Amino acid sequence: MNTIIHDSVHVVLAFSLPPLLLGVIAKTKALFAGRVGPPLLQPYYDLFKLFQKGSVYSTTTTWVFRAGAVVGFVSAGIAVLLIPLSGSAAPISFTGDLILFAYLLGLGRFFTASAALDTGSAFEGMGAAREVTFACLAEPAFFLGLLVLAKLSGSLQLSGMLGSSLATHWANAGDSLALVLLSWFIVLLAENSRIPFDDPNTHLELTMIHEVMVLDHGGPAFGMILYGAALKLFVFGALVVRLAVPMTVGSAWLDWPIFVAGLLVVAVVIGVVESTMARLRLTRVPVLLVAACLLSAFAIILLVR
Amino acid sequence: MTELLVVLAIGICASSGVPGLFLRRDSMTGQWVTTVLSVLGAALGIGAIFAFWATGLSRPIALPWSIPGAEFDVAMDGLSAVFLMPIFLVSLLGNVYGLGYWRQTEHPQNGRRLRFFYGTLTAGMALLVIARNSILFMVAWEIMALSNFFLVTTEGHKSEVRDAGWMYLVATHVATLCLFALFAVLHVTNGSFTLVASSQRAGSSGTAAAIFVLALVGFGLKAGVMPLHIWLPSSHAASPSHVSAMMSGVVIKMGIYGLMRVTSFLGAPSLEWSAVVLGLGVVSGVLGVVYAIGQHDVKRLLAYHSIENIGIIVIGLGLALIGRSLGRADWIVLGLAGSLLHVWNHALFKALLFLSAGSAIHAAHSREIDHLGGLSKSMPWTSLCFVIGAVAICGLPPLNGFVSEFLIYIGLFHTLGSTGGTSFVWAAFAVPILALIGALALACFAKAYGAVFLGTPRSEHATHAHESPQSMLWPMGVLVVCCLVIGTAPTVTMPILGRAIADWAPGLGDADSILAASAPIGRVGVMGLVLILGTLLGGIALWIRNRRQSVERGTTWACGYVAPTSRMQYTSSSFAQMVVGLFGWVLHPTIRKPKDFPLFPAPTSFHSHVPDAVLDFVVLPIFRFAAWLFSWFRVFQRGNIQAYLLYVFLALIALLLWS
Repeated sequence: MNTIIHDSVHVVLAFSLPPLLLGVIAKTKALFAGRVGPPLLQPYYDLFKLFQKGSVYSTTTTWVFRAGAVVGFVSAGIAVLLIPLSGSAAPISFTGDLILFAYLLGLGRFFTASAALDTGSAFEGMGAAREVTFACLAEPAFFLGLLVLAKLSGSLQLSGMLGSSLATHWANAGDSLALVLLSWFIVLLAENSRIPFDDPNTHLELTMIHEVMVLDHGGPAFGMILYGAALKLFVFGALVVRLAVPMTVGSAWLDWPIFVAGLLVVAVVIGVVESTMARLRLTRVPVLLVAACLLSAFAIILLVR
Repeated sequence: MTELLVVLAIGICASSGVPGLFLRRDSMTGQWVTTVLSVLGAALGIGAIFAFWATGLSRPIALPWSIPGAEFDVAMDGLSAVFLMPIFLVSLLGNVYGLGYWRQTEHPQNGRRLRFFYGTLTAGMALLVIARNSILFMVAWEIMALSNFFLVTTEGHKSEVRDAGWMYLVATHVATLCLFALFAVLHVTNGSFTLVASSQRAGSSGTAAAIFVLALVGFGLKAGVMPLHIWLPSSHAASPSHVSAMMSGVVIKMGIYGLMRVTSFLGAPSLEWSAVVLGLGVVSGVLGVVYAIGQHDVKRLLAYHSIENIGIIVIGLGLALIGRSLGRADWIVLGLAGSLLHVWNHALFKALLFLSAGSAIHAAHSREIDHLGGLSKSMPWTSLCFVIGAVAICGLPPLNGFVSEFLIYIGLFHTLGSTGGTSFVWAAFAVPILALIGALALACFAKAYGAVFLGTPRSEHATHAHESPQSMLWPMGVLVVCCLVIGTAPTVTMPILGRAIADWAPGLGDADSILAASAPIGRVGVMGLVLILGTLLGGIALWIRNRRQSVERGTTWACGYVAPTSRMQYTSSSFAQMVVGLFGWVLHPTIRKPKDFPLFPAPTSFHSHVPDAVLDFVVLPIFRFAAWLFSWFRVFQRGNIQAYLLYVFLALIALLLWS
């Protein structure tokens, strides 16, 4: 019974919260800029409006274009069920679920990039090339971090690796975990196309990464893409929160609010980073990602030396 | 019983091309006869393998042979069965595919020869994996190697094909030379040519090292492990597509089979050698895919991906060997299970990719990625097959590539834990490298699929392409189904793999239960089904929404420009540019671009090329130097027969005096 309640809370939170994170980021940036900014719930209104709208499909496109939106959304939707949100296990948890998690996001990336190439537009091809190239460097950084967690916890399940036992490891391997935390935060920014990797609010197609890939999408399909992207942000945010605040009180009444609060803090931090940093030149992006890889690599070397 | 059936199947396959040789060049009769015969033979072989799996009975055949030390000694075991399956399956599908792809009426010059050697290649490989005598093994190896040479040079009137054939021939004979030495050393240590685990031992550490190095070079050359891969890309590109499918899917696996067979009876190898194998796998995996990204020829691209996948297979094998060195059963089981399953998976999805790429090439008359494009609309089925193969080769769920990579990942993660002082934690660093390989493969196939099948056609031929005939589509469909089945119901393969693992590492205990305990393969299959179901539901939801609302068609958004042309698309070279730049320190790409633009720009051109560093910077210079060094030897090469007879006579005298 307890697990059923827990799993339902997980599902409800995982599918309702993501757009709020976008709202919080936007609000933070507005505060920094001295503006009022859009309402916190604006992303929900946007999604609702998009699902009501009609669509325009380019004559160049085939079924692949529509599949891009659907697969991107579905893969993120399944990935969100694999990560633990509060102390107890995720709804779907088995040995090796971490690999499925990473490769589900990869599947989404493949189809989003293919959908972009399906339009035959130079801009979208450019965005797709950047997305898949940067992922080549983000992926090893993520897996090096997983190595650290697997070594510490002795588990190969995300729920075990990011479970409440992680709190004890902060005491004896805090240096490694701090390095992984930093590395994963960089991965979060890269995978979700935030500043300093990409500016989601830019208006110049030539400089975009994620946004330019979805230029041709509209209506419900675009809604799916936006919602899928929000889910992806939520997923990475949850990983970072679990890594940073692994301790649990033991009472679900407190653990869930702690988690949600942590997530909102991550959103605010992203907002602060976006407000205080400039976008990197595209050629400098790989350097930062390699740095993220090295941080995680040092973390694992500290453990196994 | 199974051995008899397999030998019968080998006989039918070997002779399948013979009737065609005596039939008319300009009629399809010979091709039909060959296809029916080879399908029968391959089906018989597949039936025999299933019978072996069902009953587990093996009845070895041993017939005397007049060659000293040789015996016609064949037997089935779990390992042979795993490698035998793709041989017959890909051969069967390739022959059917040939009915549409290489019609006798369109290729009167070489069609009959191609089908004859296709049969002997199948037969040679099948004999190779069941041979239990090293001389028989060598005979089968040479049948395979030479048939393959004649298949590569099918279009021998083209100079690039002849060059590829030559390089292949040199490489394969260097491999053969190593194998001669290998079996000689084994004979000296054990006094027999029998290839059975119980009769072999490694001998002293020096002999063991010699055996290991010879096996690694000899079989590594055939498998195309990275520094030894030089022959592979050009010969895969030069062959007809169903031959490339056979080479990439099956022939290079014979190198892996040889490595596995030899390591199976060497006992526990030393940790250093096992680590070398893992290291070679890592190098092949990363460099294979990095080179693939730089290619402009779709078949060369796929060929470099074979090197990458061989790398993944070798990583699994390396892990299993390390497990054997340190006595860790879970590493052995997970590494070898992943490796063997990847052998199957690669045979399936690479054959699928070569066949679908062949279908596109057949329709659009070009292998240049940047001359194709937009084929998805004119060839929807081919496009669907290619994208399924692409998802599978990137190791993405819900297809088969994910399952085998999953096993290898879990095995590598296991090396993090140590018990009782036996640990080799450095193997775990292959985990992020495997992740890098996966991400690079994804980038490469997004490029290949996007540039060949999506967008708008870039050439006249691509514009007028038509879907291929059913005889070419059905074989691809069978491969798609196989990829889906292994991806969503991987548990069916587990007993088969367990059996092969038990044969590779005798005394391991129950491989099946170790596998079941450490990797929840069933859950992976279920998640694959969930993913497929979810995607279908999402697709239906989008379809329903689109039906209720207005859907218009328009031109692609080009920042306000309303007449985009196909030349404005992102090309595959541009797509790959960033990755090629990141790995420029190993790829050394040559790029010719216009230096400066004058006030009134004249027509200009851009050219980029990724040379093969090992071939161009290492092997060719060494060969040129050797050619120069040995040029003094031409003094003896007079070209008249009397001089040669004199040499023979002098050598004879010298030998007589010496003895």
